[in-house]
Amino acid sequence: MDSFKTIKSKITPLDIINVDTDQIIPKQFLKLVQKTGYGNFLFYDWRFDQKNKLRNDFILNDPKYAERSILLTRENFGCGSSREHAVWALFDYGFRVIIAPSFADIFFNNCFKTGMLPIVLESAEIDYFFSLDSDIYVEVNLMEQTLSTDKKIINFKIDPMKRRMLLEGTDEIDYTLQLEDRITNYEKRYHR
Amino acid sequence: MDYISPSMQRTLFDKIWDEHIVVNGNQIEKDSNGLGQTLIYIDRHLVHEVTSPQAFESLHQRGRKVRRPDSTIATVDHNVPTNDRSLPMVDQTSKIQIETLTRNCREFGITIFDIDSPYQGIVHVIGPELGFTLPGTTIVCGDSHTSTHGAFGAFAFGIGTTEVEHVLATQCLWMSKPKSFLVNIEGTRRNPHAITSKDIILSIIQKIGIDGGTGTVLEYKGKLISELSMEQRMTICNMSIEAGARAGLIAPDETTFEYLRGRKYAPKGEYYEELVESWRNNLKSDPNSVFHKIETLNADQLAPQVSWGTNPSMVSDVTGNVPHPDEFAKGNENERKLAIRALQYMDLQPGTPITDIKIDRVFIGSCTNSRLEDLIEASLVVKGRKVSAQVRAMIVPGSQQVKIQAEKLGLNKIFKEAGFEWRESGCSMCLGMNPDILAPGERCASTSNRNFEGRQGTGGRTHLVSPIMAAAAAIQGHFVDVREWV
Repeated sequence: MDSFKTIKSKITPLDIINVDTDQIIPKQFLKLVQKTGYGNFLFYDWRFDQKNKLRNDFILNDPKYAERSILLTRENFGCGSSREHAVWALFDYGFRVIIAPSFADIFFNNCFKTGMLPIVLESAEIDYFFSLDSDIYVEVNLMEQTLSTDKKIINFKIDPMKRRMLLEGTDEIDYTLQLEDRITNYEKRYHR
Repeated sequence: MDYISPSMQRTLFDKIWDEHIVVNGNQIEKDSNGLGQTLIYIDRHLVHEVTSPQAFESLHQRGRKVRRPDSTIATVDHNVPTNDRSLPMVDQTSKIQIETLTRNCREFGITIFDIDSPYQGIVHVIGPELGFTLPGTTIVCGDSHTSTHGAFGAFAFGIGTTEVEHVLATQCLWMSKPKSFLVNIEGTRRNPHAITSKDIILSIIQKIGIDGGTGTVLEYKGKLISELSMEQRMTICNMSIEAGARAGLIAPDETTFEYLRGRKYAPKGEYYEELVESWRNNLKSDPNSVFHKIETLNADQLAPQVSWGTNPSMVSDVTGNVPHPDEFAKGNENERKLAIRALQYMDLQPGTPITDIKIDRVFIGSCTNSRLEDLIEASLVVKGRKVSAQVRAMIVPGSQQVKIQAEKLGLNKIFKEAGFEWRESGCSMCLGMNPDILAPGERCASTSNRNFEGRQGTGGRTHLVSPIMAAAAAIQGHFVDVREWV
């Protein structure tokens, strides 16, 4: 996994609560056996109509919002199915940071595995970002745990182990495999 | 904390968690809230074809081994067709995924119940059926409905594909400890045939919301819960994820021990009885244990539930009406916008009586409601009646074993004579990854767990109900209050 670098980008605001992973990546795209190439299918049923034509009523289809790395959204983002394909699709599309007042648990965990940074903020701070002009740049600094515009700096919290792994691009499995002795001891002690 | 005082009152979840700590997170690094990541041991791992290929591929590329093939079982369920298994598979991409799983299991020495196996079925149906699911264990699967197994007093939860690989390689997972959430079920159901455990869990989700359980493990308690069969308990724990919970839990009791006794993978003989004794004594929340949240549902007035919207909290009594968005939102503007969008997607007008909603399709199946009792209950209202001419209805047993047992009871005849399709086992139209899907605009009474936009097919409209409610709707062509039938 690549290490997480400081990002400066404009924001794509997705003003909907409870966005579920069935919307982020519909089931017909879960049949691949690799981790890449899902970006074209991101929010497929919201981006395309039933004749596979781009819908003009969905924000990702507005050319103004192309090439942005920060997704701003509402409560309970990523609820429902455990499909990690949802994170792969968002990442492949170009997002590196998702800001929301809350995330669904499985989606939140899945984010870190691909190098995606999910940031939880208070509702008032979320409202502040929604109120910003769409051309304002936001800098995301994971080392400092800050989100900054030219007018304001907002701090965010993150689990230190997850933060370190993102910053270092650590492969979690390699890391755990180094704890082999501890796992073996556990198995002996508890007769697993 | 590093040391658990023996006098400390613990919840059932606390006890299972403590038993599975391999590395205490605080020994590694502390976060600002004092909650480190903990390395938790995983006792049981269920694998299926859709969320595993990338995990195996990565193991293969990096030369990693499967640490405990003996703690892992696999089956094919998400993609498999449910028509005649002797016919060749039409969908080539699904076929590749299914074959990939078989190949991976062979390479890594994992037991697989393949498409031709008499034990094939939905992972969350076969785990308990085979006695692979045991009280007090930790169980994972690359599927959010792993919460089902919590019905046995196991800490069972869904994970993503990278974590599937993590468990295959290390038999462990890093987690921050979820909090405990107590759900008390009080009262008695007036009519247990008509008011099912599906109606109980839908009501709970309506009450606490689809993110009410986020970051928590729901423990269901109460006299009513203890009176439920294992299959009914599974329906409740299954949908814990629809309230956002990490897992659902029910303390194991004599019903649990009796259910598991003698099953294929369950320990046998004296050893089993020793385990039962230990489970009986230990696997329950202490009387004064502390829950982070508590909610109570009274079942006295509970009616059959029908979902009207696009998430599982959008439900109504069958005797009620489709609500107005303001009524649903209770002042929350984001919820109001969501309800407007849901009604538009579902093509429903506020104020419409639920029983006036006409349906095109009926699906009885899924890890929520495809077990033998579900089919028996549904058959109560089907026997001697015919499926409405406007409706296409299918029954998809959760596993081959369920199908075989149902056929022994003659349920297949009852359903087929009424005009239902009697299919092979799999996830089927719960998520529509196989050819069983809704056409755009079609409206379905479904015993599954998610009514999200497009879940059962792009443009399809899902109403979540119990098996007996789905069966009655198939007969009438619209929703009916099944209390009038049984």
